Amino acid sequence: MFGWEFPPFISGGLGTASHGIAKGLVNNGVQLTFVLPTRRGLQGDDKFKIIAADEVHKIERYSKVIQALSTISKKEIKKEFTIAPYFTSEDYVEYFTTNHDVVTLKKIIKSNKGLLHFTGNYGKDLLDEVYRYGIIGEILGFGNDFDIIHAHDWLTYYAGVAAKRSSGKPLVIHVHATEFDRSGEHVNQTVYDIERFGMENADKIIAVSYYTKNIIVSRYGIAPEKVEVVHNAVDKTRKLEAFGLKKKEGEKIVLFMGRITMQKGPDYFVEAAYRVYRKNKNVRFVMAGTGDMLPRMILRMAKLRMLDRFHFTGFLKGLDVERMYAMSDVYVMPSVSEPFGIAPFEALLYDVPIIISKQSGISEVLPHALKIDFWDINKMAELILLLIENEQIAKDIADKCKDDMKNIGWDNAGNKIKQIYESIKS
Amino acid sequence: MISIVFYFQVHQPFRLRKDYTFFDIGHNHFYEDEEANRSILNKVAEKCYFPTNQMLLELINRYPGAFKVSFSISGVALEQFEKYNPYVLESFQKLAATGQVEFIAETYYHSLSFLFSKEEFKEQVKLQSEKVRQYFGQNPTTFRNTELIYNNDLAHFVEKMGFNTILAEGANQVLGWRSPNFLYQPVGSYKMNLLLKNYKLSDDIAFRFSNRAWEEYPLTADKFASWVHATAGNGELINLFMDYETFGEHQWAETGIFDFMRALPEAIFRHPDFQFITPGEAKNFYTPLAQIDVPYFVSWADLERDLTAWLGNPLQDAAIEKIYEIEKMVKATGDKDIIHTWRKLLTSDHFYYMCTKWFSDGDVHKYFNPYETPYDAFITYSNVMNDLIETVKEKSNEPVVA
Repeated sequence: MFGWEFPPFISGGLGTASHGIAKGLVNNGVQLTFVLPTRRGLQGDDKFKIIAADEVHKIERYSKVIQALSTISKKEIKKEFTIAPYFTSEDYVEYFTTNHDVVTLKKIIKSNKGLLHFTGNYGKDLLDEVYRYGIIGEILGFGNDFDIIHAHDWLTYYAGVAAKRSSGKPLVIHVHATEFDRSGEHVNQTVYDIERFGMENADKIIAVSYYTKNIIVSRYGIAPEKVEVVHNAVDKTRKLEAFGLKKKEGEKIVLFMGRITMQKGPDYFVEAAYRVYRKNKNVRFVMAGTGDMLPRMILRMAKLRMLDRFHFTGFLKGLDVERMYAMSDVYVMPSVSEPFGIAPFEALLYDVPIIISKQSGISEVLPHALKIDFWDINKMAELILLLIENEQIAKDIADKCKDDMKNIGWDNAGNKIKQIYESIKS
Repeated sequence: MISIVFYFQVHQPFRLRKDYTFFDIGHNHFYEDEEANRSILNKVAEKCYFPTNQMLLELINRYPGAFKVSFSISGVALEQFEKYNPYVLESFQKLAATGQVEFIAETYYHSLSFLFSKEEFKEQVKLQSEKVRQYFGQNPTTFRNTELIYNNDLAHFVEKMGFNTILAEGANQVLGWRSPNFLYQPVGSYKMNLLLKNYKLSDDIAFRFSNRAWEEYPLTADKFASWVHATAGNGELINLFMDYETFGEHQWAETGIFDFMRALPEAIFRHPDFQFITPGEAKNFYTPLAQIDVPYFVSWADLERDLTAWLGNPLQDAAIEKIYEIEKMVKATGDKDIIHTWRKLLTSDHFYYMCTKWFSDGDVHKYFNPYETPYDAFITYSNVMNDLIETVKEKSNEPVVA
């Protein structure tokens, strides 16, 4: 299984979801190895082990790798990659044709250095790392000691496809988000191409929602039969006790928590907040998180003169996240495009009723959540007022949503994925 | 005789804790970064206040009755002297005792209160004057507003409060073709004397002194005196207004700024028609040459010399409107500590930190700014203000015991 991030080192939902899926699979009896760009001190556990791409020299089966490599001539490798239209990165071709032939590869493996360097971040060298990750995928594929390859999001699709090529084993790609979610209509063509390449070369595609499946089919031209939907879940054991939290009598808190980027619709939250603010002053709005739109949101809020009722916390971690949920009375997720969106689950763990955008995958599994179109700020404001002014209704919504959540667990997701594996196992 | 007026601004804000977050609202009422305030004050004392006061004292003693300077020290700066380093206060008192130093009135909290609450403005000026009387034994008759912010209304207002001299920036939009080197009078005034900063000569010392790219670098006392002397025959009053931190802090000792200043009086006195006076003495030597009409606010900040360093972007406007909006509520508590805390939030620096114009003067803004971005400054300020509002509300709900 190829991933890019893993708790506790996460920047978004991808790491959390990959972790949940891995656990769910293991609990369903699947033996699993999780590959990450770099280890960051993670050791894995008795359930599954972790391979760090920048340590591939350490893998115990390197002799098998070398053996496999030895049987393929350079020429063949070159041919392989030139017919794959997307594998044109010069780094990549060069790697297999000039600098890193089998002999040097052997040398590198025997020296104690990592084969290739990874940061596992999302920096400016991201694309290069994605290509390099592909090389690692190729090498691990030669090891050929697995039945299924599973790759999470576009960052790992090269690795997945490369591993499939070198091993001949079937590939599942797991779409947590598409470029259309991240960038709206202004997609990054390179990323789109990698996504499409992954989807086309996969034997099965898992989408985290029907919302996402629809995008895969309509925007990437993939046959609907090839795409299965497995919804994300939430780790229900996470809840800590609310630690001596003193809530102010009568005052309500409405929370936005997430990256402050176009995709998450923070601007719609600010506008809706203003409509509530004009009607009810006994409420505070909190925007927790950070992102490229933060300065604009602060300016807009200041312009609307809500500073006595609207607060920015910056990026929250650990206990502060839980504290924030525990303090809140309404959680709003106004995402413009949200493949899944796990945060409302977390809010529900703290009995916070939720208002979520219809443009989100999670709305498919929470029939009782209050739903809005992300752009409908008036409706959003009305629903916020409804929840802060009617405690019974708020409680009712939270309870019903929690009921909806009862059957949603990573083990169920794992079970579904296992069945998908069975259907394509050669 | 042609007179040189030195006026130095001394100010230190009470800086807020940058780690004051949303979660502190309603629980934590400690707003100030004591550690930063203490260490900055002590650093500036070491680099500027002590050595410069000592130098001025020596010059005053060398030229009895002839070398004079003036200061405006904000109330919040005086409070920090008391709190963190009383020796600084003592060294200013030594200067006061020479009789050759004038202490000028301003708003105690170095605030923009004149723009937002005349009542608060009046109270702050009174508080400041009391502090000057208490420490320096003078009854201030000269006024300068925060950052030399000035217009006609201000002049009239402080004239009614009993001041007879006021300082302002000799900005181009104020003077037009006229020279700053005369005594003026605010339009519509009878008694008020207006001194306008000669920003060219002032900034030669305050900003350009150590600039190696400047064609006049290095600036010597003789060279500067020759420029001052060149005004003979077409000027009466050279107003050199600057931040006191120019000496040793903005211009480090290594630049030679102290040697320059030490040599300056002698160089000036080489021309027999030149003397040093304090702002309040100007009216004894000169009659105002003309009335000056300043309908719009000017200041000494940035290239624009207007209010845009503190006001104009939504962060600044929202924050300052809100803080003045709660004035009545705050004062109604009658709680001295709360009122004092509120007033410290009026200090102009808080709004300066929220300035988003980072261009030509950006480096200056950044130098004085403890925050990484104006947004951070705004968020910290808002959090603190919200806690204060909560505190005030709780206080207002307490039953009044008759």
